[in-house]
Amino acid sequence: MATYLEFIQQNEERDGVRFSWNVWPSSRLEATRMVVPLACLLTPLKERLDLPPVQYEPVLCSRPTCKAVLNPLCQVDYRAKLWACNFCFQRNQFPPAYAGISEVNQPAELMPQFSTIEYIVQRGPQTPLIFLYVVDTCLEEEDLQALKESLQMSLSLLPPDALVGLITFGRMVQVHELSCEGISKSYVFRGTKDLAAKQIQDMLGLSRPAVPMQQGRPLQTPEQPVISSRFLQPVHKIDMNLTDLLGELQRDPWPVTQGKRPLRSTGVALSIAVGLLEGTFPNTGARIMLFTGGPPTQGPGMVVGDELKTPIRSWHDIEKDNARFMKKATKHYETLANRSAANGHCIDIYACALDQTGLLEMKCCANLTGGHMVMGDSFNTSLFKQTFQRVFSKGYNGEFRMAFGANLDVKTSRELKIAGAIGPCISLNAKGPCVSENELGIGGTSQWKICSLDPSTTLAIYFEVVNQHNAPIPQGGRGAVQFVTQYQHSSTQRRIRVTTIARNWADAQTQLQHIEAAFDQEAAAVLMARLGVYRAESEEGPDVLRWLDRQLIRLCQKFGQYNKDDPNSFRLSESFSLYPQFIFHLRRSPFLQVFNNSPDESSYYRHHFARQDLTQSLIMIQPILYAYSFHGPPEPVLLDSSSILPDRILLMDTFFQIVIYLGETIAQWQKAGYQDMPEYENFKHLLQAPLDDAQEILQTRFPMPRYIHTEHGGSQARFLLSKVNPSQTHNNLYAWGQSFGQQNS
Amino acid sequence: MSQQGYVAAPPYSQSQPGIGGFGPPNSSIHYGHYGDPNSSYSAPQPGVSKSAVPFGSPAPVGPPPPGAQQFSPNSFQNGSGTPGQQPQRFQGPPPPAQLADQLNSMQINSYGPGTAPSSSVSPGHRAAFQGPQVLPPAQQQMGLPPAPQLPPPPANSVNGLCAQPALPPVARQGGIPGPVPPNPNLQHLPGQPPGPGYHPQQANYGPQMAAPQLSYPGAFPGGPAQLAGPPQKKLDPDSIPSPIQVIENDKAARGGQVYATNTRGQVPPLVTTNCVIQDQGHASPRYIRCTTYCFPVTSDMAKQARIPLAAVIQPFAAVPPNETPLYLVNHGETGPIRCNRCKAYMCPFMQFIEGGRRYQCGFCNCINDVPQFFFQHLDHMGRRIDHYERPELSLGSYEYVATSDYCRDKKPPNPPAFIFMIDVSYRNIKSGLVKLICDELKTLLDKLPREEQEESSAIRVGFVTYNKVLHFFNVKSSLAQPQMMVVTDVAEVFVPLLDGFLVDFEESRSVVTNLLDQIPELFADTNESETIFAPVIQAGMEALKAAECAGKLFLFHSSLPTAEAPGKLKNRDDKKLLNTDKEKTLFQPQGNYEALAKDCVANGCCVNLFLFPTQYVDVASMGLVTMYTGGTLYKYNNFQLDADSPQFLSDLRKDIQKKMGFDATMRVRTSTGFRATDFFGAIYMNNTTDVEMAAVDCDKAVTVEFKHDDKLNEDTGALIQCAVLYTSLSGQRRIRIHNIGLNCSSQLADVYRTCETDALINFFAKSAFKAILSQPLKTVRDILVNQTAHMLACYKKNCASPAAVSQLILPDTMKVLPVYMNCLLKSCVLASRPEIPTDERAFHRQLIMAMGVADTQLFFYPLLLPIHSLDLKSDAVPAAIRCSEERLSEGGAFLLANGLRMFLWLGASVSSELIQGLFNVPSFAHISTEATSLPDLDNPFSKKLKHILAQIQSQKPHTMKLMVVKQREQPEMLFRQFLVEDKSIYGGASYVDFLVCIHKEISQLLS
Repeated sequence: MATYLEFIQQNEERDGVRFSWNVWPSSRLEATRMVVPLACLLTPLKERLDLPPVQYEPVLCSRPTCKAVLNPLCQVDYRAKLWACNFCFQRNQFPPAYAGISEVNQPAELMPQFSTIEYIVQRGPQTPLIFLYVVDTCLEEEDLQALKESLQMSLSLLPPDALVGLITFGRMVQVHELSCEGISKSYVFRGTKDLAAKQIQDMLGLSRPAVPMQQGRPLQTPEQPVISSRFLQPVHKIDMNLTDLLGELQRDPWPVTQGKRPLRSTGVALSIAVGLLEGTFPNTGARIMLFTGGPPTQGPGMVVGDELKTPIRSWHDIEKDNARFMKKATKHYETLANRSAANGHCIDIYACALDQTGLLEMKCCANLTGGHMVMGDSFNTSLFKQTFQRVFSKGYNGEFRMAFGANLDVKTSRELKIAGAIGPCISLNAKGPCVSENELGIGGTSQWKICSLDPSTTLAIYFEVVNQHNAPIPQGGRGAVQFVTQYQHSSTQRRIRVTTIARNWADAQTQLQHIEAAFDQEAAAVLMARLGVYRAESEEGPDVLRWLDRQLIRLCQKFGQYNKDDPNSFRLSESFSLYPQFIFHLRRSPFLQVFNNSPDESSYYRHHFARQDLTQSLIMIQPILYAYSFHGPPEPVLLDSSSILPDRILLMDTFFQIVIYLGETIAQWQKAGYQDMPEYENFKHLLQAPLDDAQEILQTRFPMPRYIHTEHGGSQARFLLSKVNPSQTHNNLYAWGQSFGQQNS
Repeated sequence: MSQQGYVAAPPYSQSQPGIGGFGPPNSSIHYGHYGDPNSSYSAPQPGVSKSAVPFGSPAPVGPPPPGAQQFSPNSFQNGSGTPGQQPQRFQGPPPPAQLADQLNSMQINSYGPGTAPSSSVSPGHRAAFQGPQVLPPAQQQMGLPPAPQLPPPPANSVNGLCAQPALPPVARQGGIPGPVPPNPNLQHLPGQPPGPGYHPQQANYGPQMAAPQLSYPGAFPGGPAQLAGPPQKKLDPDSIPSPIQVIENDKAARGGQVYATNTRGQVPPLVTTNCVIQDQGHASPRYIRCTTYCFPVTSDMAKQARIPLAAVIQPFAAVPPNETPLYLVNHGETGPIRCNRCKAYMCPFMQFIEGGRRYQCGFCNCINDVPQFFFQHLDHMGRRIDHYERPELSLGSYEYVATSDYCRDKKPPNPPAFIFMIDVSYRNIKSGLVKLICDELKTLLDKLPREEQEESSAIRVGFVTYNKVLHFFNVKSSLAQPQMMVVTDVAEVFVPLLDGFLVDFEESRSVVTNLLDQIPELFADTNESETIFAPVIQAGMEALKAAECAGKLFLFHSSLPTAEAPGKLKNRDDKKLLNTDKEKTLFQPQGNYEALAKDCVANGCCVNLFLFPTQYVDVASMGLVTMYTGGTLYKYNNFQLDADSPQFLSDLRKDIQKKMGFDATMRVRTSTGFRATDFFGAIYMNNTTDVEMAAVDCDKAVTVEFKHDDKLNEDTGALIQCAVLYTSLSGQRRIRIHNIGLNCSSQLADVYRTCETDALINFFAKSAFKAILSQPLKTVRDILVNQTAHMLACYKKNCASPAAVSQLILPDTMKVLPVYMNCLLKSCVLASRPEIPTDERAFHRQLIMAMGVADTQLFFYPLLLPIHSLDLKSDAVPAAIRCSEERLSEGGAFLLANGLRMFLWLGASVSSELIQGLFNVPSFAHISTEATSLPDLDNPFSKKLKHILAQIQSQKPHTMKLMVVKQREQPEMLFRQFLVEDKSIYGGASYVDFLVCIHKEISQLLS
């Protein structure tokens, strides 16, 4: 097993790929019997310190329907300067530039260690990154001030040549023109009227050739004269202007009467933002950043009326079909998301409010475009401030950890077909021979668009084995999958990353143990979870749970060893041992349980679940619990109520929350102030240790988790108690307590 | 009447001429009217205006007999030859009768004596007068009837002379009371305590009526067939009634005096006469003028006479400083006291009964309780003790403070706002107009109107600029610099901001100034030439709506709105439509402007439009909202910064500073038997009774037509109460009340005797201009001619003494109706001529729809002043002359003004002294006709002329642009159009021709 674990790990590190099965059942029938589908988690832009991009274009298979990229798995005839495509078996001539190749003089893409390789291509115009702030002004003064400061700060984090734009909204929507002197100018739109893209562009004066509008201003770059607009200006030019503008931003001046919500035109504001970018920078990486402090209350996309006496929809309302605006609003935002995605623009949502803000309806904006979704209580919290700052964080090489407009193309060898993908992407509807008719997730295509992604963005891609049972694959045959990701790097370069992987086929009837041993239960759990969550979006909760249960049962049936009618005889092999536990916690997770979560929260959780990499996803499914005590070094402990002991400090990471929980005794000690006494310095260290570890997690996590420091009996302890497996409940706790008491006595 | 009896020859009697010689009073009377305007007129008129006496006096000349006749019972007269009725009216007796009716018992006394003495006295007078008059009358008469033939020339000259002589008589009358005393009529002046006013008037009228008979064709008095009389052509212009004479006579008789409105049905001085008006229970004629001050009692009578029964109400008319402004009555929370049934407001027409505990409504006769707080005892006359302490009991006009019941949503209104909306399209920027406006506003905003007692204006201001999109400006005082908010959604325009759009100028001065400095620069390099229009108004209205206040928009616009937006207009100026049934469409608005106007009115949004067109801009459509909302339309064709900015700026200044009321609703209530049926003006009517006006300023007048419901009562008369609910400049809700009482009579003669031609023309103009929207112009013109003929025919038939068919007989009060009517018919609105731009016609149509009596009078019959012979010593404006080329002279200089434009016409041989004095250039040839103003020169002549210009200008809403016209140079054509008595270059009939035509019509009607 060690070998498989290593293999899996190595594969993940090199290629960013985790397959549920690392040896593939060789026929369709067998594959279906495996219960867990053949699928992988792909992190297309996994950060690779050791992968310098090559500065030339990839060599493509000449068959028009294939166009696979030359890769280490291809057979190469060095003398004839030919290579055979390992997907379609087309024989291709090397391009002239490859004339000098030989066995000893191979281009990088033929070397086995370059199963993942990145090309930089010099095609098309380079456009600077674009950031369009869409800011809600119906905020409390304090919140608005904090938000303004965050926005002003963010200007300094942007690359100087990045274009920025500002749209503010409340009852009206204002598109600010950034290049004017002397008088600040903005275009105003009614917040209640849905405008077509064309109308918006007409109204903003974008439909005419941009040249006249640029009078008096030097053009951005000579080679792209048309692409620019008054509303999007390079940061370095209007830095001061925009800072002032943001500084002068006032709360929405329209009066809000008692008992009403402020009128907030989020729907129109977003629509205008999308229309603006659509008209000015189609097919260019751009980020619409929506900052909202409450639910949309008017116009298209309204989520709740302005009467405070009508509360915003809850799961209960939704189940009762009582959410009046939900369907219409969702449709509105979906349309926007699709339009935006089609143009390669992503939409971030930063929603900070104590009540719901309509994330349920707006989620698709972030989900389909790969945008961020951040939920907080107030803009004036470090949670928001740091999260927002982290959006502009830079990677190891000083580059922004964001990429735009990615186009993921998946190619498979002929025994495999693509069933679908789940992640922050939309289908590009690329039909082809390798597209399966059975869809899992977003299917029916071999290409997806991911408008924005970062090094951790991870997609689940599901495959279907189509090889018939009666057409055995020759011994040693391997199936191959190639992932070609074209994207706009944050440095504005176009890049292509190509990952080609291959796995052995195995006949499930004769070599089941191979297959079993090559099972990646972590990947499988996440892949199944993604399927489950994906289904939960559209199906009733109990149905999904039943489906999950059935899958688990079937899996256990298939791979468990047991004697009939003897529960104690049940055994699972090591490669499956953790899987049921994952599924158990998944069932309890907020991704599938809506109880105690608002629709917004559910949407928020699901959003993040659908895009994080395997490690983070697992944390989400089954939070990690560390125990700190005097008994030894910190250790992970079972996520179980039995792990809560008086003399322990627990650190729980649920991805969304980090909880530090002081056991009863520890809490008492702390109250007594032992940590301040020199002689109990070790206690001080003990108290400090989880804090440091938490800090470390906080450093890298996006979005910033909610940080909770609590203790036995504290009100916030519920965050921990709700997560642990209640092996001790009020039912058996009593008995246990009694027995404990008896022991004491 | 008497004439007939008198003269064997009908011709004579009818036509003054013959009579003149004879001097039968009647005849003389006729003659006076008739006679030339100048001479005969002058003589009679003075009398007319002041008292009957004059008339009698001139007329009497020869005619003691007639006098006798008059006195003699009607029967006699009748017997003598004419139908009994007619004579009755005219004769002496009737007037007294009326007097009796109208006056208190007091008067009755006068009655008896009055009649008798007059007869006896008259001769004496006559004698006195005769001297001078004799000749003229004879001539006049001669002139008239014979006119067709040859006599004219001499007549003219004579007339001219006569004119002068005529004056003296007047003077005499005025001054002569001494000799006159015997005449009862005259007495009025010196004053019978009881009803001085009455006596004279009636007395006057009586005779007047009779007098004004024009035997127009009558070459042969006897000749019945004069109609055919083609000779008319040669009719002597001096022998036909002269408006100038009428005006001057009235001035002489009543000018400079105090006119107290203490009597029901008294006819006020003409609009052209300056006098001080004292409110003593009826609204001042500045507020209400009626077409007749005596309504016929039955609708049959009204139909017979076809005299429109109408009142021209100018509820916010400016009053000169020497008259008392309206009192403000505040009844606290209970609000104004109103009749329970008809809701009429407490006014002098309410009769208190039962010791003051109850009152009877004068309008509906309902008996109401007097509210406790309002109770007051009655004196022995049955009048409340506090009668003179309460304006609502003793005055014709006053104001109430309204309670919240009278407010929108029962909330007291916010102070109104002014929004300046400037078209910043290419043309306006290039012409420098935008800069001009912005610069002007900087100082002008300090002069926003305010209530007398307040220190600063409560009016807030806002700014919008636009081309094909709208730019709103945030000029909140706390901002460092203004913010511009562009609204591009013109299809469904809205207001992008609330706070900071409408500001107090004082508070936001620096930001506003900053903005006004920046606007011209902001758009300096614009190349946007398309504009929108309806959305701009919409935006302004929405802004006011959002701010919950009424207000006024000032739009400065230059071109046809062709940008894709609601209210987009296309050029539809099609000359081919002229003289077809479709011509009316040119005056109808395109698109949905009606609905917009309706919205504006509903929200109290008045739209003032300043147009600067260089070509067709469809005034009919663009001006519609302005008209419906009580705004004013200003139009500057081919605006040139240098030449036209003084005119424009003066208009703008005047308009901004105007006193006005906002968000007004007017209701006209009448006593039983008749009611208001039709309303004309810059108004909007949602239903048939409420006149809605987004705003109403001092120049806007509403003409109201009345119809009979039932028989009127001669005792109680016809009472009218006009109540205007409005928001004052300071944002106070008020009700302005004007009350006026009219007489009723079963005698047509009484009706004719109290007619007012100026008001009639106002009514005819408005009703015709309204009618052209739905009827072919030809029909409208025909109706006008027809009705004129009808009214006059009815008079001749029923009121005048029997005369030959061929004689044209005009009632004294309608002497100048034909000439005015002709002016109306010739006005460019009704003249379907391709030479006249459609926009100009629509523009005039609109202006006139909102005009008051004084403005229409001047507009239709321009003021023509000889200025070469100015009397530098006096302050007075020289006497006007008739608008005819014949009156001009090569050696003279003349000033013509019609309320919209002004011309200075210089004869070819005008003295160089004058030229030097006015223009500071050596000779005629050096005068530049480009100038639109006269240089300020330090010589008495120039100063005097400037003074006159200022005086003429002072009372007119539009600033008149001065144009210098040299005789026999091209622009003279333009000037000639305003010589309204002449044949117009566009084919309009000359006065004489028209008179002939009317006469023909009358004869036809009577035959």
